[in-house]
This record gives sequence, structure tokens and C-alpha cells, in this order.
Amino acid sequence: MNIAVCVKQIPDPATPYDLDDDNHWVVRPNDQVLDDTDRVGVEVGLQLAEATEGTVTLVSMSPSGSLQGIRQALAMGADKAVIIDDDTLKGSDALTTARILSAAIDREEFDVVVAGGESTDGYTGVVPQMMSEMLDVPCLSFARKVDVDDGIVTIERQTASGYEVVTSKLPALLAVTAGIVEPRYPTFKGIMQAKSKPVETLTASDLGVEPDVGQRVTEVADVASREAGDIVEDDGEAYLKIVELLEQTKVI
Amino acid sequence: MAVWVFAEELEGLPTEGSLELLAKGRSLGEVAAFYVGAGSDDAFAALGEHGATTVYHLDPGDALPSAGVAAAFAEILRAEGGKVVLFGPGNIDRDVAGRLAARLGKPVLAGALDIDVSDGVTVRSEILGGAKSVSTVVTDGSPALIVTRPKAFEAASVGGGTPTVVSVVMPDVGRSSATITERHVEASEGPDLEAASVVVSGGRGLGSAEGFEMMNELAGLLGGAVGGTRAVVDAGWVPYSYQIGQTGKTVKPQVYIACAISGAMQHAVGMKGASTIIAINKDPDAPIFALADLGVVGDVHKVIPQLIEALKAR
Ligand SMILES: Cc1cc2nc3c(=O)[nH]c(=O)nc-3n(C[C@H](O)[C@H](O)[C@H](O)COP(=O)(O)OP(=O)(O)OC[C@H]3O[C@@H](n4cnc5c(N)ncnc54)[C@H](O)[C@@H]3O)c2cc1C
Ligand SMILES: Nc1ncnc2c1ncn2[C@@H]1O[C@H](COP(=O)(O)O)[C@@H](O)[C@H]1O
Repeated sequence: MNIAVCVKQIPDPATPYDLDDDNHWVVRPNDQVLDDTDRVGVEVGLQLAEATEGTVTLVSMSPSGSLQGIRQALAMGADKAVIIDDDTLKGSDALTTARILSAAIDREEFDVVVAGGESTDGYTGVVPQMMSEMLDVPCLSFARKVDVDDGIVTIERQTASGYEVVTSKLPALLAVTAGIVEPRYPTFKGIMQAKSKPVETLTASDLGVEPDVGQRVTEVADVASREAGDIVEDDGEAYLKIVELLEQTKVI
Repeated sequence: MAVWVFAEELEGLPTEGSLELLAKGRSLGEVAAFYVGAGSDDAFAALGEHGATTVYHLDPGDALPSAGVAAAFAEILRAEGGKVVLFGPGNIDRDVAGRLAARLGKPVLAGALDIDVSDGVTVRSEILGGAKSVSTVVTDGSPALIVTRPKAFEAASVGGGTPTVVSVVMPDVGRSSATITERHVEASEGPDLEAASVVVSGGRGLGSAEGFEMMNELAGLLGGAVGGTRAVVDAGWVPYSYQIGQTGKTVKPQVYIACAISGAMQHAVGMKGASTIIAINKDPDAPIFALADLGVVGDVHKVIPQLIEALKAR
């Protein structure tokens, strides 16, 4: 099977984000990491490839920078990567992102496209759905378990109160949730091999996509944070303080 | 029609989230609802009562709704026009919003906490775990597709009459179709998490699934519901329906008791709207303490059993 996995490189979530003063974009440092959400997608893609002697192609729209994040996914075992790196794509919204990614995916015939449910820095959570419409495939989103057998894909789809079993023919797009699989750690061999795996870099015009963003941030302001209250060290009687507060709030 | 609200059915009636959207929609203009579900006179009456004057009704049956619903909705929007289309934060909402946006070539504004239509369409949202407030204006004409945050608005009955109901047929979407073959409800005990006035919530520091036994007991004594972090859901200690946070539920109870929860920003966005927050954590530097009205630095396995005994003794 031919599998495409959409992965996003993001600024390390452990460090504070900077916003560009003029445009309010997230400033993207040279060293970006693989979004944890997409580590899960890579693992799902690799498992499907292993079961079917398939190929995993990473697709990512980002300033290529040091490509640290992409190398992390290649080191896990993906075969190759396609990066769309173009200054005109700075500040892209979800729709432009989806147009770019689906155009890059559409250059080859894919059986399965895998994406994460929600990116850690963008969390619009609609890019996969948009791509599925552009590619005219079912969007099997909120997938927490995936099986592919003989051209048919079956997933468990998370719902607010439980789950549903959903099935469709291939090709299909899977948007996976965390917890579905445990992403593997790259091996030393994997890390060495990743250095020589093919990485193709494209621009928006290579894909025939004209960036066109239909929204603009007009203002960013700090939100007043909640005031911290009393902090007490438990001396064996702190529960009494809790009881007291529960009484004050009249829940007991 | 100025304002469209995407509404979904749960157990025969519109979801609470749909009614919240109707309330906001009503404040922006005349509202038509696009209602997905089996449909019934009671369901349509509830939509009317909460402010919809027209209801477009589509029953997807066992088809996965997204592709067909988006195709049908796009046709109706092209014919009828509209200024804004409001979606809730649910799974089907997001699927339909994304596919619809691609069909119409319009952007989606996600995470909306408020919407202003006095001068164009402006949406307010929060980023970086609620640290910054962002205003975004739609520059790409109508309709503006907006996905809201849970509980951003309050449902209100406006005593509207019976709406006009227009039946919409689920179109054939060929390659994009998928079928739902089974539906499972993972039952949870006690009151509904999103509606409960007390939420007792557990994190990874409880140590194991057994740790939730004392969560259940405490919630039982307080008439509350039990929730958890993504860490405990991923560990399989409780089902996903318990998850509170950015990718789970948003709760706004009177009292939220966070037990062995670090207070990561993705968790905080789902609970910081609680009126009173009590946190118990053994790490004095845990970020949850910055949100808490009362923070106890201590071991949950000591404090919670003591609290339970004290409540039982009352
Ligand atoms: C895109 C994305 C979406 C996410 N969405 C969500 C979401 O919706 N909801 C969510 O919750 N998380 C979400 N997360 C995960 C989030 O970042 C945190 O990893 C998670 O909330 C941590 O859960 P926790 O507090 O239970 O565990 P930890 O962070 O491991 O914290 C455990 C805490 O327990 C304390 N502790 C340990 N033992 C004891 C003891 N005996 N007594 C008292 N205290 C003790 C520790 O000091 C620690 O503070 C998301 C992450 C990403 C990247
Ligand atoms: N720039 C990008 N490059 C590659 N994949 C992306 C990009 N943006 C979003 N995605 C994919 O879409 C998913 C959801 O992202 P979002 O809609 O931004 O929350 C992510 O987990 C990725 O799989």
C-alpha cells in the first residue's frame, strides 16, 4: 500500500511561543520538532506499511529549516518526505494548508492518507477534513483503532459518549487520535538511515496553488489570568480546609 | 437567511450544544438550523423554541454524515445565502465544517468564544492555552464558517413557535462515502459530566485505574461527576468520555476538584471556567496551583480518603 502521512513541524512546545508583531503569526525557529500528535500518525502509517509491504511518504508544509522534525519521522521508519517550503505560505490558514497538502498528495496515487486529529500549535482540527473533500475520499476522523483488509478500512471512531465502528473502501483519509498506538522510538540505525533518505522540496507554484488567505488577525491581547488562592501544605488536616470551602460554596 | 446553525441530534432531541449555538445565532439575526438526525416533531419544536425559524432536516441513516451533509448543505447555502454558519466543537461539526469549507472555498475560523457581525464578521478566540486573546476578521466574504468552543454561549429558550421544516435528501457521495456499522455507548455513572455542578477529576498521579474508586466515592458524596485528564484516558483507566480539556470536554461546574493533575494548558482550557477550583498535588510547583482557589500540597492517597471520611461523618 502507498501511504501518505501529513506531519507538522512545530516550535518546541517546551519553549514559549513568539508572535510576529506585525502579522501575529507564530514565529518559526530554524529548529522545529515533530508535533507529538503526528508521531501517532507516523506510527499508524508504519504499521499499515509493515502489514502490506507498503511505502510511507511524509508530507509537510513548513519552512524546512534544519528539518529536525522531519528527520525524527524518517528515523522512525518513513521512507521519504515531501516538504512544501515557500515564503508566500507564511501565515497560511487551514484552507490554504489543506490545498497545498492535498495537491502534494495528489501527485501520486495513495491508498491511505494519515493525519493527526489536531495540531499542537494550530488546533483548528479541520485540515484533514478539508483534504478529504479535496481528494474526494472518506474522512475517517477521530479514529482510535484502525484495520485494513483487502481494500476495506474499518475504524473505531471516538464519539462524545463512546465509539462507532465505521467502514469504507480505500482510498481513505484517517485522522487519528492519541492513545491509538504507542509511537516507536527511533533506533540508532534508523537515525543514521534517516540522514540519507530522499527529501523533496517544493514551492506553492510547483503545485499550481495560489496562496489566498481569507482571514486576518486584527488584534492580540493578554488575557487576565485567574488569581491564585491559598496554597497549604498538608499537615494531616488540610482536608478540613477543603470541607470548609465546600461548605462556603454550599455544595455540602 | 442571515444566520445558520448546524444542529445535531442526541437521543431524539437537539444536543445541548446545538441549543447554545441557537442562542448566539439568535442574537446575530434570523436563524435557520441545519439539523442532522432522525428528526421528530418534538425535536423540531425544541429547535423552534430556542430560536430557529426554519429547520432544514437531513437524516443520514447509517452513513457517516460528513461528506453527504457537507454536499447537501453547500447546495442550500449557495441557493439561500447567509452571513455566518455556526458549528459546535463536536466531531460531526468539525467534519462537516471542514468539508463544507473546502467545497465553498471559504476559511473556517475555529475556537470561537465570541462573534461580532456589526462590521464584517469578527471572531474572538484564545490561543496558547488561554494566555492570549485573538481577534480575527473574515476577509473572504459570506458565509463565514465558524467553529465555536464548548460552552461559549448559554442556551436560552426564546419561546419561538413551530419552525418551517424543509426535508433534505442525503446525496450520493460516491468515493467519499463511509458507513457506520455499530454504535457503542460507554456508560458512566452519576450526573452528566458537562452539566454537573461538582466535578471530581483525576490525573496520572492517582497511580492506577483503582485510584478512580476513590474519585467515584467522593463524587458520589458530593452529587458530582467524575472526569480525568488525557493521561488517564490514554492509560486506559477511564473511557474517553471522561476526558476534560482541549481535545475532550469543557466543564464549568461550581466546584472542580483536581486530584493529582499537573494542570497542563491543554487540560486547563477545559476547566478554568469553574467557579471554584480545588487542587491536590504533591508537587508545590505544579501549574494547577496557579488556577486554584485552594491548593493542597499533599498526597491524594492521604487527603482524599480523609476527605471522604469527613463527608461521610456529616
Ligand atoms: C494536542 C494536544 C491535546 C491535548 N488535549 C488534552 C486534553 O484534552 N485534556 C488533557 O487533560 N490533556 C490533554 N493533553 C495532554 C496534556 O498536555 C497533559 O499531558 C495531560 O493533561 C497531563 O495529565 P496529568 O495531569 O494527569 O498527568 P501529569 O502531567 O503526569 O501530572 C501528574 C501529576 O500528579 C502529581 N502526583 C503524582 N503522584 C501524586 C500523589 N500521590 N498525590 C498528589 N499528586 C501526585 C504530580 O506531581 C503531577 O503534577 C493534550 C496534549 C496535546 C499535545
Ligand atoms: N503544515 C502542515 N503540514 C503537514 N501536515 C499538517 C500541517 N498542518 C496540519 N497538518 C495535518 O493536519 C492535522 C490537523 O491539524 P490542524 O487542523 O492544524 O489542527 C495535523 O495533525 C497534521 O497531520
